[in-house]
Amino acid sequence: MKLTGSEILVECLKREGVDTVFGYPGGVVLGLYDYLYRQTHLRHVLCRHEQGAMHMAEGYARATGKVGTVLVTSGPGATNTVTGLTDALMDSVPLVVFTGQVPTQLLGNDAFQEADIIGITISCTKYNFLVKRVEDLARTIKEAYHLAASGRPGPVLIDLPKDVTFAQTEFSYPDSVYLRSYNPTIEGNKGQIKKAAKAVRQAKRPVLYTGGGVVASGASAELTRLAGLIRCPVTSTLMGLGGFSGSDPRFLGMLGMHGTYKANMAMYESDLVIAVGARFDDRVTGKVDDFVPNAKIIHIDIDPTSIRKNIRVDIPIVGDVAHVLRTLIEVLEANDEPIYVDAERAAWEARIAELDAEHPLGYTHSDEVIKPQSVVEKLYALTQGRAIVSTDVGQHQMWTAQYYHFESGRDWLTSGGLGTMGYGFPAALGAQAAHPDRLVITVSGDGSFQMNIQELATAVVNDLPVKVVILNNRYLGMVRQWQQLFYEERYSHSYLATTPDFVKVAEAYGALGLRATKPSEVEGVLLAAFRHKGPVVVDILTDPMENVYPMVPAGAANHQMVFCDPDQTPGAGLKQKDGQGAKTPPLPLTGGGARP
Amino acid sequence: MIHILSLKVENRAGALSRIAGLFSARGFNIDSLSVAPTADPSVSAMTIVTHGDDAIIEQITKQLNKLIDVIKVVDAQGRNYVHRETALIKIHTRPEDRAEALRVVDIFRANVVDSSPNSYTVEITGDSEKVDAIINLLRPLGIKDLVRTGKVAVTRELNKNP
Repeated sequence: MKLTGSEILVECLKREGVDTVFGYPGGVVLGLYDYLYRQTHLRHVLCRHEQGAMHMAEGYARATGKVGTVLVTSGPGATNTVTGLTDALMDSVPLVVFTGQVPTQLLGNDAFQEADIIGITISCTKYNFLVKRVEDLARTIKEAYHLAASGRPGPVLIDLPKDVTFAQTEFSYPDSVYLRSYNPTIEGNKGQIKKAAKAVRQAKRPVLYTGGGVVASGASAELTRLAGLIRCPVTSTLMGLGGFSGSDPRFLGMLGMHGTYKANMAMYESDLVIAVGARFDDRVTGKVDDFVPNAKIIHIDIDPTSIRKNIRVDIPIVGDVAHVLRTLIEVLEANDEPIYVDAERAAWEARIAELDAEHPLGYTHSDEVIKPQSVVEKLYALTQGRAIVSTDVGQHQMWTAQYYHFESGRDWLTSGGLGTMGYGFPAALGAQAAHPDRLVITVSGDGSFQMNIQELATAVVNDLPVKVVILNNRYLGMVRQWQQLFYEERYSHSYLATTPDFVKVAEAYGALGLRATKPSEVEGVLLAAFRHKGPVVVDILTDPMENVYPMVPAGAANHQMVFCDPDQTPGAGLKQKDGQGAKTPPLPLTGGGARP
Repeated sequence: MIHILSLKVENRAGALSRIAGLFSARGFNIDSLSVAPTADPSVSAMTIVTHGDDAIIEQITKQLNKLIDVIKVVDAQGRNYVHRETALIKIHTRPEDRAEALRVVDIFRANVVDSSPNSYTVEITGDSEKVDAIINLLRPLGIKDLVRTGKVAVTRELNKNP
């Protein structure tokens, strides 16, 4: 039977197990949307901005492990996907994005709403396709979903000229895909794995350093087993949080620029680093020369380009993390000799306990102003780590990473590589669409939330009861922190003032708005938000001058961490202004006009 | 260190642009690039001359391999390769220079592929050094125009003695 391009698209999505599409209609996709109207299989979530649809699909993909699907129109619809594509590429999120395109006979003519989206997105997609013949459509879609989900996952874009969506052809969906030029390595090289096992047996102070690859590969069980088998502490990147239980005593917390002291020092003092699905990002390594001066490095990653890109590696293993870890465990268990010396591990664990006692994660509590960290601690206490939590980007993101202890990587949605403000709320909506019965929370800032605030309409109309908790410090907090510490307190354009009134904004969209201005009110508003059936915006006015600590200053090595503001610890490693201590300008908690 | 990378890539719209884009996005250098279909019209052969230290060449090779359109990458470094370049050189020829020009062409076994009362166009094929050498000898006559293809390279088959 002959089908139109639009019908083929829906039929293919059905075969790929897609149930939800995030999108926005427009001129050249009207035919597609007309067919969406007439079918019952696919649920379409109408966003209010195409960037919102992209992050929704990312949140959906991350929370489910499935490929997220987006459908937008040509021109501006397509260009609005670029930030989301780049975000998904950097954080290895599998997406297939369908963009409408002007009819094939108008391609290249600067037609109305034409953009060369293939050219524009070459460097921010894993791959992209322009489908010029309806006969190629089904195979292209099959290849796109295969490419997005396999190997190192990533976003794939399919550009669909209008005439292709109307043209008809016989429909047949291929059962399998063969791409002669694409063949990701899944099983690790056995010889390398044996070398790794030998290095593990020789190590006295090993650390497992794990990243988003553990979550993407579904390797949490293998990682937990390995950590127990070799009695090894575990630290994680931002993207890897939840891949190993955040409440496990072996967990050191996050490492890197805002990691814990014990995680960074354990890496610094270790003699073996086992990197699992992580890519030695600059926010993790600090100054590369002093990163892990005494350690041998085993690096397990499915992407060969991640290996030896930033850092020398002694034992590289290319392969899927879960497969490689399983083989490594087998190799270690095949030998009856003990894997480690008890006394050595006891000494290592004692040293880590010592490091923890030296500089535990912490902040100065207050009964007067709401400390943002206390809000995250309260969220964790109230949810017991069982919520899906997304964040935007900045201080609130780091505090959430530090103080919320994740049990599953699929419960943790954040923009790590690109650092996209505006990611958190739509990502939470995507996760909520996939998991209607779970509690989904966005921790955001007053800056970030405004970058996709229009999606409140999506939340209300589609009945997606996400709870947005704004840690509102009236600033671009992380920018302000850097200006305070490194730009002599010149707060250039980081003050946002107290507008808008987020409670009124929520109400205008038909959501519930709540506010807390005192520490004693926090628990009450959070509980009220959780009890409410629909979407809620909780505006929490926090201490505007609170900084994220500990911190590795830019350019410093990870063992040179700073723990509090310079005026509190003169000579703690941060440069102060000549002849005077850093001063903290007093700011009113409410009301505008008090620009520093 | 100069490296010659010999690639097989899918002969598709966009493949060249993906490869060139990779070099510019990551700050790698392209000294020359040549591309044309192989005997199998669905595959193009590409020869890229680039330079960098070992770590950079390793990244370039890995990044190229990661591109979906790239079927195979071979680094000629340390292998036995034949490489050739072609140049078309248009030179000024005053009547008294024409004999000298033809002598140079003859010495290099080059060809004159076009001539006018005031010019010759010389075609030369050889390794880069040979092309450089003839250019140097023709330069005093006055070069009007010069186009070079960039290197193409292929592995040598081992000579097996019976």
